[in-house]
Parts: sequence; structure tokens; C-alpha cells
Amino acid sequence: MNDPILSGHQLTRRFPGRTHPALDGVDITVRPGISLGIVGESGAGKTTLLRQLLGVDRPTSGEIRFAGQPLDRVRHREFRRQVQVVFQDPRSSLNPRMPVASIVAEPLRSLRIGTDRAARAERVAEVLTAVGLRPEDGRRYPHEFSGGQRQRIAIARALAPAPRILLADEPVSALDVSVRLQIIDLLRDLVDRLGLTLVLVSHDLAIVSQLCQEVLVMRHGRVVERGPTADVLNNPAHEYTRALLAAIPQLPLDLEEP
Amino acid sequence: MSTPLVEAVETIGVPDTPARRRRGCRSPSFVIGATLLLAVLALALVSLAWSPYGLDHTDPAARLAGPSARHWAGTDRLGRDQFTQLMLGARTAVWIGLASVTVAFVIGVPLGLLAAAAGRFVENAVVGVIDIVIAFPTLLLAMLLVTVYGASTAVAISAIGIGVSAEVARLTRISASRVFTQDYVLAARTCGTGPLMILLRHVLPNIWHTLLVQATLAFGVAVIAEASLSYLGLGTPPPAPSWGRMLQEAQSTVSVAPWNVLLPGLAVAVTVVGVNLLGDGLREILDPQLRQERQAAGR
Amino acid sequence: MTILEATGLTITLDGQPLVRDVSFGLAARDRVGLIGESGSGKSLTALALLGLLPPGMRTSGRILIDGEDHLGATDRQWRRVRGRTVSIVFQEPLTALDPLMPVGRQIAGPLRLHQGLNRSDAERRAIEWCDRVHLPDPARLVRALPHELSGGQRQRVALAMALACRPRLLIADEPTTALDVTVQAQILTLLDELIEETGVGLLFISHDLPVVAGVARHLLVMRNGRLVESGPVDDVLRRPRSDYARQLIASAAKVTRLARPSLQGEDR
Repeated sequence: MNDPILSGHQLTRRFPGRTHPALDGVDITVRPGISLGIVGESGAGKTTLLRQLLGVDRPTSGEIRFAGQPLDRVRHREFRRQVQVVFQDPRSSLNPRMPVASIVAEPLRSLRIGTDRAARAERVAEVLTAVGLRPEDGRRYPHEFSGGQRQRIAIARALAPAPRILLADEPVSALDVSVRLQIIDLLRDLVDRLGLTLVLVSHDLAIVSQLCQEVLVMRHGRVVERGPTADVLNNPAHEYTRALLAAIPQLPLDLEEP
Repeated sequence: MSTPLVEAVETIGVPDTPARRRRGCRSPSFVIGATLLLAVLALALVSLAWSPYGLDHTDPAARLAGPSARHWAGTDRLGRDQFTQLMLGARTAVWIGLASVTVAFVIGVPLGLLAAAAGRFVENAVVGVIDIVIAFPTLLLAMLLVTVYGASTAVAISAIGIGVSAEVARLTRISASRVFTQDYVLAARTCGTGPLMILLRHVLPNIWHTLLVQATLAFGVAVIAEASLSYLGLGTPPPAPSWGRMLQEAQSTVSVAPWNVLLPGLAVAVTVVGVNLLGDGLREILDPQLRQERQAAGR
Repeated sequence: MTILEATGLTITLDGQPLVRDVSFGLAARDRVGLIGESGSGKSLTALALLGLLPPGMRTSGRILIDGEDHLGATDRQWRRVRGRTVSIVFQEPLTALDPLMPVGRQIAGPLRLHQGLNRSDAERRAIEWCDRVHLPDPARLVRALPHELSGGQRQRVALAMALACRPRLLIADEPTTALDVTVQAQILTLLDELIEETGVGLLFISHDLPVVAGVARHLLVMRNGRLVESGPVDDVLRRPRSDYARQLIASAAKVTRLARPSLQGEDR
């Protein structure tokens, strides 16, 4: 029952002109309902890994499997329906010249979901409401919204085809602190309500700890530690994980919410 | 061009105040350029229906006459009315200008998009071709074509069109490449959108303003190119009128009838200056809107 | 002894106020943190303190540096202050450093300008400073170009440049925001060391509350161009007087919390 829906085996990705591989023999398993965090600093390879999982880049060696099948044998449209993504920069992830409704409806159009325009419009209204916006906002343009709202629009777009897996690449790094909290709460809420499996890529262990049950710690293209988040945070086995934890600036303990 | 100050201001987000919006919309360059261009266009259009005299009408008694009530722009050495020639020359200039720009864009834009969208090998090949064509002087190209096919309007349009297409392709490639780095293009891919749809719905809508500005500038280039070709006798063959040929014919009598050189030259200048100002004005008008969108988005 | 004092600082652009009536002072050995979200005006305030605002912005109020009002000062008057009395370090060293000049020469620049050192003396001092900011192999590194260094190394160079002439105040505008968290920790430690060694007063600007709280002893909170709270760090964190500060601290506490379920019973 808990067979992995998305997995990568011995993924290696070399880029021409660079001596070190961006990914070096990485194994990753995404199981339904178990949110996974991928943590690392710049150059760790987490974005490269994300792109492999998304199918927008191919590994130099190694294999990606979706629902048990090698990725190149999976029907493209089906994969795109099931696996969606939210990017980091709310400024560049939405086409500034398209109205919001059109942006959110894009996966529905491209993947031929929804019988007609009215059905698609209904779905757009549905997901806009689900992320805390109003259906009328569909008529406006991205620049009329704040960073946090734009991220909500991006999430709505990702949710439109009712995917099983939501990949998120630093979804809150570009946002102000108070807005970050709202988006984290939104993601948590959506994962619970819709039964999504979340794969969160971030340099921020705190956010990963709040949203993910399992975590992968990456460094220089390799996975240095993996396991349930609680275990990794409480008993970091690898010295890099320990260094990472020690480096995180924290507010005085008695200020933290219970 | 991102200095700490520019970064700071961009991060802060300069607010979209009404004063800034108004300044963007009222552009003196645009107004002046449009006026000049409309004047030329008016001449060209009117010439379709009417001109003071027929093209072939000669007034042997009044050769090389200065501007007068009968001949507003004077006459040339054959006694032909210059004003008529100017009007009809305007028609030629506008027609060849528009046609060449169209050819340039029909060739250049798809080529530029192809180069931006395709892999490195194709991109390098296309860029190589573009660079060679850019380096090759348009006039030489025109001479080459004329030698093979003979002088005609079609040859002039083709030569100018091909010459300008390279610059169009280059700009299209650069603008499209910039769009391709944006996350929303990647997002479109993950939404299952095919490459053609991405070009139509994401790339073109975000580069058309750049291309429009370039089209206006290309028009100016085309007008000068046409005048140069006609001056050299490689353009539209007589009796079709052309400012360039007017200049060439009036050369030998410049000391006696300077206005016959001045007026066609002025006509070319006015057209080109007008279209350049229009292009500048368009850029001013279109860019602040974009900058405001980008800055408001920074919030 | 107050080195820099801003009184009623207001910055407007096209009639829109971006910074409103901000007042605070900085003395030697101070550690003041300025926290605010985007649009709060914190970066503009920093730029104003060194006369670095982009053209088109109007300022009013007073900026006293060593008792002299520099608000409408000419560039020449400002140049006597920058690097010598007050220095600034920015977020992105890649853009703050000249990409075509070896870093040694960039550190030597202010030394030659303000202290009139000749080239070899200045270069020697530059190497000393590289060592002081713990850059590896300083003698070789001074010849490197900025892009050949890592982000953390560039920020060390930026700090060396800023402190070379021993200014009395250092303004650091989001100096670690663009760095990895482990590198950030190193740079913050370095900053701490340098402040202790040189006795320079610090204005540390950031949107990241835990970072600022770790560095500063006095906290200023800005919102929409206004200073909404000011006080010792502990007071502000534990007993915020303004609603905004309270909200900000509560959000920051939630967002930066490392959730460790087995330590805290039931958790998510």
C-alpha cells in the first residue's frame, strides 16, 4: 500500500564544463502521504534533483520511476497531472501578461482536463478559493498582487489538475516573515485536506521540520543523511547535519510557541 | 546594471504613484515622431488619389524653376513638378519600407525564436548565420541581387528585408532567451504546455513590445536603404518615383537648383527622424508600464 | 558619545513618503539592529545615512555626523565621511565589488584615499586585513578577482574594505542574507570579532529576526517607513509595545522554530 509513487535510483547528473557532478548517486523515495523534505545549502544539488523528479531534466545516469514505471515509459500527460510544482520566486513564476484565471487554468487546458470552458472556470474558482483568494481575483493580473498572494496563485495553478504529488522549491524563501507563516499554514492545510504528498526543497531546516515527516540532507550532490525529521534533528548522525543545525540562528528558547 | 543602490531601490519598490504613471504616458518623442510620420503617410496616401500634376507631366518652359504657386516645390531639369515627385516618392518609401520590414520580421522572428528555443547546436548555427548577414552590408547584398535579378521593387524589398532580418532575429533571440529563463516558462512546461503554445502564449506576448519598437526603427533603416539603392540606380527603376533617384538626378544641377536636392533629402530625414522619435516614444511609454509591474511585483 | 544621529529623517519620492520621521542615534561600540519587512524603508534609511540615495528622492530632517548636519551635504563632504567615519557593507558583494579589479586593490583603495598611503604600504595593509578576516592564503588572494572567490569570501573582503580605515561606525545592510546558513554563521562570528577588536559601532539591518536578535543589543523596528518600536533587544522581544512588533516576533518565532516532536510531545 505504501509503495513509492516517485523514486530516483542512483541519480547522477553531470554538467558539461563542471568538474564535480551536480548529483552523485542519489537515491530518493517518495511515498504517498509521507511529506519529504530535501535540505541543503547552495550547490548541494537539491534544485537539480527537483528538476529530475519533475521530468524537466534527464539524469546522466540513474533512473526515475513513477508509480513503478520508468519515467520515459509513463504517459507524459498522466505524469504532469499527478506531479505539480511551486517555484521559489513569485515574481517570475507567473506570466505578467496573463490574467490570473488564465494562469491557473493553464494545466487544465494543456492537459485537456475539464469538458469545456465553463467546467474549467469552475475548477479555477474552486482552487482560488482553496488557497484563500476570491474567484473574482481571476480577472486581475499578477502585478496587482503581493508576493504572498502570488505564491497562492502559483499554488492554485499547481492544484488545478488535482495532483498527487506537490513539489515545492523554496516556496517561502522570497517572502516576508509574516507572509511565510501564512503560506506554511496553507500548505499544511492543503496537504491534510487534499491528501497531497509534499516534497519540499529548502535550505531552511526550520520550515522543513514543520512540514515534512522525512528529510534528506544533501551536500555537494550527495545525500549525507536521511530519515524521519524528528530523528535527524534530535540525533544528527552526520557531522554536516550537525554543523547545519548549529549554524541556524534561533530566537531565545522561551520565546518559542509551545 | 544592478548596483547596491539599484538593488535597494528595487527591493524597496518604488511606489506606483499617479505622477509616475502620467509621466510615462505623455511622451514628447512619441507625439513629435507620430506627427512627422503621419505627415509623410498623409502625403503618400493622398498621392493615391491626387497629385498636383501627373507623373509624366513636363513643363518645358519652367525647368529648374524654384518653388512657386504653380509648382510648390519647383521643377526638375525636365520640368517635372517636384511636389508631385515628392508625394509619389513618399508612396514608394512607405510601401518599400513597410514591405521590407514585413519581410524582415517574417524571416527574423521565427529564426530568432528557433535559436532561443532550440538546443545549443542549433542556436550556435543560427547565431553564426545571423552574424554573417549582419556583417554583410545591405547595399552590397542588394547589388548582388540586382546583378542576378535586375533592379526592381521586389529585389529592393528582398534585399533590404533580408539585411534587416538578421538584426530582428538577433533581438528576438535575445528577448526570447530572457523570457525562457523565467520560471513561468518552466511552469508552463510542467503544466504540460507544448513548445508551440509556450511560444504563442508566453514568449510572444512578453517580447512584442521590444519587437514593435524595433519595427519602427527598422522602417527608418529601410527608408534610407531604399533611398540609397535608388540613388545608386539599383532601386525601383524609372519612371517610378523615388526620393533617392530625385537626389541623384538633381546632383548635377545643385548649384542652380539647390532645392531639388534639399527637398528630397529633407523628406528622407523627416521620415527617418520621425520614425526614430516614434520608436523612442514607444519605448518610453511601454517600458514604464513594465517597470511598474516589475516593481509592484517586488512587494 | 553619539557619532551619528538621525532626527526626523523623512524621505519622499514624487511626494510619496517612503521613510517618515525616523530618529535614532549611534555611538561607538553600539550594536543596533534595524529590522523590517520589505517596503519598511530600512535600506533607504541606511543609504540616506551615507548620502547614497538615488537621485529624485527628497530628504528632510537632520543627519548629524560628529555634530555636523550632513543632510544636504555635497558629494565632496560625504566622501570625507564615507569609509573614514562611517562605512557600509551591502547584501550582495558581487555587485558591491568591482568585478575587474583584484580584491587587494579594492581593499587598498580606501587606505590610499583616506590615509594617503602609497601603493606598497596600502597593499601590505590589505594583506594584513585579508588575514584578519581569515581569508585563506592572503598573499595570493589579494590578486584574485571577485568572481574567483566564494560568497562568504567576498563578504569578508567587503568587511575588510569597510573597516580598513577604521571607521567609527559600520552599517551592514543584510550582509548575510545572500549567504548559506553555515557561511552566515561564520560571517556573523567574524563580525563579532571585528567589532570587539576595533570598537566600531554597528547598525545591522535585516529582515531576519533571529539573526538580528543575535547580533544587536538595541533593536529598532520599522514598518511602512516609520519607526514603530525601539528598545533593548530583550525588552522588545519579550515585552513588545507595538502590535506590529508583537505580530512580527510571534510570526518569526513560529517560522524559525525547529520543530522537534519528541521533545515537545504532540506536534506536527
